[in-house]
Amino acid sequence: MSASTDCLRPTAAPTTEPTSPTALGAAPLGFRGRIRAVNPIAGSLPPEELERRLVELGFVEGAMVELLHQGLFGADPIAVRVDGVTIALRRREAAAVLVEAAD
Amino acid sequence: MNEMLPLGRDLRVALVGRPNCGKTALFNALTGSRQKVANYPGVTVERKEGALATPAGRAVKLLDLPGTYSLRARSPDEVVTRDAVLGRLAGEVPPDLFVCVGDATNLRLCLRLVLEIKRTGQPMVFALNMFDIARHRGMSIDVERLEAELGVPVVTSVAVRRGGTAALLDKIDEALAAPHSPHVAEGWSEPDAAGVRRLQKEADRILRASVQHPEAPDTVTARLDKVLLHPVAGLAILLAVLFLMFQAVFTWAAPAMELIKAGFDALGLWVGTLLPDGLLLSFIQNGLIAGVGSVLVFLPQILVLFLFILLLEDFGYMSRAAFLMDKIMGGAGLHGRAFIPLLSSFACAIPGIMSTRVIDSRRDRLATILVAPLMTCSARIPVYTLIIGAFIPDRTVGGLFSLQGLVMFGLYAAGIASALGVSFLLKKFLFQGAPPEPFMLELPDYKRPDARNVLMGLYQRGVIFVKRAGTTILAMMCVIWVLASVPRPPEGATEPAIEYSLAAAIGHAMEPVIKPIGFNWQIGVALIPGMAAREVAVASLGTVYAIENAEEAPETLGAALAGKWSLATALALLAWYVFAPQCASTLVVVRKETGSLAWMWFLFGYMLALAYAAAFATYQLAVLAGLG
Repeated sequence: MSASTDCLRPTAAPTTEPTSPTALGAAPLGFRGRIRAVNPIAGSLPPEELERRLVELGFVEGAMVELLHQGLFGADPIAVRVDGVTIALRRREAAAVLVEAAD
Repeated sequence: MNEMLPLGRDLRVALVGRPNCGKTALFNALTGSRQKVANYPGVTVERKEGALATPAGRAVKLLDLPGTYSLRARSPDEVVTRDAVLGRLAGEVPPDLFVCVGDATNLRLCLRLVLEIKRTGQPMVFALNMFDIARHRGMSIDVERLEAELGVPVVTSVAVRRGGTAALLDKIDEALAAPHSPHVAEGWSEPDAAGVRRLQKEADRILRASVQHPEAPDTVTARLDKVLLHPVAGLAILLAVLFLMFQAVFTWAAPAMELIKAGFDALGLWVGTLLPDGLLLSFIQNGLIAGVGSVLVFLPQILVLFLFILLLEDFGYMSRAAFLMDKIMGGAGLHGRAFIPLLSSFACAIPGIMSTRVIDSRRDRLATILVAPLMTCSARIPVYTLIIGAFIPDRTVGGLFSLQGLVMFGLYAAGIASALGVSFLLKKFLFQGAPPEPFMLELPDYKRPDARNVLMGLYQRGVIFVKRAGTTILAMMCVIWVLASVPRPPEGATEPAIEYSLAAAIGHAMEPVIKPIGFNWQIGVALIPGMAAREVAVASLGTVYAIENAEEAPETLGAALAGKWSLATALALLAWYVFAPQCASTLVVVRKETGSLAWMWFLFGYMLALAYAAAFATYQLAVLAGLG
């Protein structure tokens, strides 16, 4: 699935092969998929804390996600529908969520 | 605190739930107006308690705990909730029952909280609130199955409808009738990532087993968000909403303000007919009535402002605003979540600073606290209105906007710009190197604001303002009146009485310092109590000029100022109040929330310096431009 936006997007472009999981943080607007894994990654928070917070907001393996909205500057932050709940987060943290495209 | 536990005591029930789940609406519905709002001892977390009687006649004290996403307690509010749930909150008797409130339309994350609380072993009931909306949207919830799967009693409720809480009250009765003993939950520990994941997966399993979502899900929120969260249109709408808000503060409130003003004027005249001329009459007329009246007259504006904030909050727009503003605020070193505290600071910096608790990182929180008082709080409105009303012509620009409203908007914009600038500098010089705190929050579905909730919130804000007018401000007015009235002028004095008073002595002593910024000694006198509460400055000017003009025909304060100040002075005072050293109560809250006296003085110092610099620049430029 490829949605085109002329906004700036993080450099890691989404792969189009459906089998290899991509980071939600690099997904384009309109992306729909399923969560494969939530990984502790280093960044603004201790990795385990980031993982816990993401899980607390409903990012768990198997949940359906859809990237609904993105901000004006740098296509950031993003609003993601996760199994019926809309969560706003930055792409930097969303990079911890691995997703695979689903149609 | 067992000594607080006499036999035959009231039963205690606590409401716990996520933010936006309708918990406050349920609390209002259950307790009506029988509410007490205070603070938990030692912290500035709001403690809301109400009273209710169950159908079986039990007297119950209902506690509304701060909203929380989990028991992991990442903010002071959430610490209160966690400790209350664990039964170990200092100064509180462990509740007899917890009512966990969940939004029936959005159960996924609620259920995890229910499971988390159940793990503590505390007696609990799960209330499925907004059940009517869920049904209306075509969701089918198998309550019995949910109850069996969760292992806790489940009851449906509709907080906003009459009788919508009957089943919940019955359930509370039932739970309280069972033998129970309020206790401290031992052996609780914070779940790790695997534990949280396990709980969420269990919640998802229960959700799938007991709730069926409709074929065609509700699309109102999705359709609204297409516009309201649009990268360009969304920002434009946000700006328009804020603009409308400030125009409304001016135009809608005007008739009510006229009425209040006329009322106080009439009161002053009426008192004049009762009492003989002299010190006492002057005290009551100029000190009490003129002073308190000049502050109370701004109640309508404050209510209009809060009306907007409460409506937007209830509607679900506030978190969207945070989403739209995150990147822009991030550029200035602020967190997207800081938007809500900063927006509340437009009403008053105190609730704004207190609501910074939603920001997890201490650095981001501190930055927000330090710039929140730069947001134009409602206490500045009296000062702005007075001066704008007196010096800015009342005409429309472009056939649509009032010039006075535009100036007001400009002052607000100056406050915002300075807040962004200061936080940028803070980030650059004080907090350099720290990684940015993540921005993650739920965007709840839109819902129609509930009239009762909004009115209740409005009422509580109004009471706080009037109480302040009746206590702090009243006390300051008495002091100002004394300073402005004693000593009495000597026999055969030629100058107005106030020239001989202590106030004049103080004001004249300040003159060398305030002259370069265009302030006369009367303003100097008003600035001192203005530090206690900004709006007092207006009341003080009212008193100072009322006493000065006592011999002349009574005129309004605005007209008196227009005749006595140059435009340059007026503009300098406006500039001063954009940065005005904040009121004493704000400083106290900053001291409490940062836990540091040093940050409080830092805040005071930098704002005073900015205010002086801004007033100086404005005055000198205006004089150069020939407005002196």
